[in-house]
Amino acid sequence: MSARLFISRDSGALAVGAEEVAQAITASAGRRGLDIQIVRTGSRGLYWLEPTIEVETPEGRIAYGPVAAGDVEGLIDADLLTGGAHALRVGRPEQIPFLKRQTRLTFARCGITDPLSIEDYRAHGGFQGLEKALRLTAPQIVDEVTQSGLRGRGGAGFPTGIKWKTVLDAVGDRKYIVCNADEGDSGTFADRMILEGDPFLLIEGMIIAGIATGATKGFIYIRSEYPHGIATTRDAIEIARKAGYLGASVHGSGHAFDLEVRAGAGAYVCGEETSLLESLEGKRGVVRAKPPLPAHKGLFGCPTVINNVLSLAAVPTVMAQGAAFYKDFGVGRSRGTMPIQLAGNIKHGGLFEAAFGITLGELVDEIGGGTASGRPVRAVQVGGPLGAYFPRALFDTPFDYEAFAARDGLIGHAGVTVFDETVDMRVQARFAMEFCAIESCGKCTPCRIGSTRGVEVIDKIGRGEAVEANLTLVKDLCNTMKFGSLCALGGFTPYPVMSAINHFPEDFGPNESGRQAAE
Amino acid sequence: MAYEAWNEARAREIVAAHQMQEGPALPILHALQEAFGSVPDPALRIVAEALNISRAEIHGIVTFYHDFRHEPAGRHVLKLCRAEACQSVGADRLAAHARERLGIGWGETTPDGAVTLEPIFCLGLCALGPSALADGQVVGRLDEKRLDAMIDGIRR
Repeated sequence: MSARLFISRDSGALAVGAEEVAQAITASAGRRGLDIQIVRTGSRGLYWLEPTIEVETPEGRIAYGPVAAGDVEGLIDADLLTGGAHALRVGRPEQIPFLKRQTRLTFARCGITDPLSIEDYRAHGGFQGLEKALRLTAPQIVDEVTQSGLRGRGGAGFPTGIKWKTVLDAVGDRKYIVCNADEGDSGTFADRMILEGDPFLLIEGMIIAGIATGATKGFIYIRSEYPHGIATTRDAIEIARKAGYLGASVHGSGHAFDLEVRAGAGAYVCGEETSLLESLEGKRGVVRAKPPLPAHKGLFGCPTVINNVLSLAAVPTVMAQGAAFYKDFGVGRSRGTMPIQLAGNIKHGGLFEAAFGITLGELVDEIGGGTASGRPVRAVQVGGPLGAYFPRALFDTPFDYEAFAARDGLIGHAGVTVFDETVDMRVQARFAMEFCAIESCGKCTPCRIGSTRGVEVIDKIGRGEAVEANLTLVKDLCNTMKFGSLCALGGFTPYPVMSAINHFPEDFGPNESGRQAAE
Repeated sequence: MAYEAWNEARAREIVAAHQMQEGPALPILHALQEAFGSVPDPALRIVAEALNISRAEIHGIVTFYHDFRHEPAGRHVLKLCRAEACQSVGADRLAAHARERLGIGWGETTPDGAVTLEPIFCLGLCALGPSALADGQVVGRLDEKRLDAMIDGIRR
């Protein structure tokens, strides 16, 4: 019997040499006449251990990592194929504390299965949600999603079931399901991991959304910065179509539903839902004023569900296990699990799916293990480029939509980016303004022009020019941007800027050594 | 990367192949750039005509998106991530090193036409920074030494 090995094909693993490792194993096994089979999986999301090799043994899978191609001969000499001892052996992945502490619902299969094997998907519980949905009426599906308490995982946190009900009730010749896979926030990669590591899950969620709302066509808008995500999702759609899950009669149900992947073109603002719809229509990605809501007049003027990858990917679990099961996780009005992404200068970076309620301090210090550099953590940006910077003093904040809002922050798409003590928060505030200036769609003046003025004024502060007066000006500018912009780009850029000023005032002192002087 | 030389008949063929899709503009522009390495003015005239929109409109669309090039890039394209997660592990320092080593700024191409250096805002490799996209290949845990080796490899 051949030995089964598992190596990720996730771009995170490929970026650090997984392909070279897989080739080295194949070559070595060939030379030695060993009978092996390498399964290319998604990533478990324990990125500090990538490239990881897992081998199937009678006790379960045994992992080795991080492996370099040059380690392969030594590993095979040490009986890698039967789980032998080696310095890189980390044991059973499920027993690694980072994974053991998680509640993996959405990411239950990611890193375990071959993302393009529909048999593997089915064998690991795939399509059970769809089969349940096919036994229900559309309003019953919508009701189940509503009861689960699932809220939009893209950042806005709008209840998914209510959005679906609006589209179900809307009258239209055509309706669309649009998946927002324009995951542009730095510090986030959960959507990418699903697109590359478990695309059938997203496809299943979108089919259910189609059946629930009467939509027959879906688009997955994936950013061009994710070439592997685009390729894998396109392949998965082709496979699902051949298997009868997409097309004129989904799984023999008589419901028509089909999917198409569209690639973005490098515009961050297209992650905003109305801008994304404009882009899908082939226009400049300029934000639309609401109302009308996309649920009433969305893509090509038709009723449209537009949901984030993680919202749609949570739906099969909700349907298969029931709303009550899902709702049982979490706290307050934040129900279920959230795939949190630990990023930046962090020792154990990766995907951590957990019920809402875990504190920021637990995430950064205990699970993440502090910084990769070994220096003290100084600031943590939560929620991407539009999220606030939190100091250690706020590490007791529980991961929950309302708790972060109460502290002038947001969880956004749940990216947690860690910075050590070498960070200069004035530079970070300046970057937030610069990024807004680069990516603004130009529709709203406070965002289009305010961001450029923001960079200039923060530079003046850096040069020590009229610091107090210029700080007042930045605060006033932030206020104007916050209330005078249509979407979150102009409206939320003030979060990183104001949090940097409020929590780290020593970096905005009259001279550049202000922080050192304060310490 | 080897691209096709500009050819109007070929451009028309590409436009026709994507024209019947819903919202065809971006798929057409991507396909044109994939074939020719950029979307030159003569191509825009063909797209405007095919989609029955004005040349001003297609100009507005193509210039809105950072991905589309008016001129072809150098023979190799190095995109370095400039976003926060990579900043936290030294992306700014690495980018300064790259600019100095190549002798060019963001968006520029070396005089020998070998390398174009561009910023990219997040590749979703935020736990593996600093990251880059080198001729379409994802690269993580990049440092000065590996960057120099990549540049030397390209130049050789």
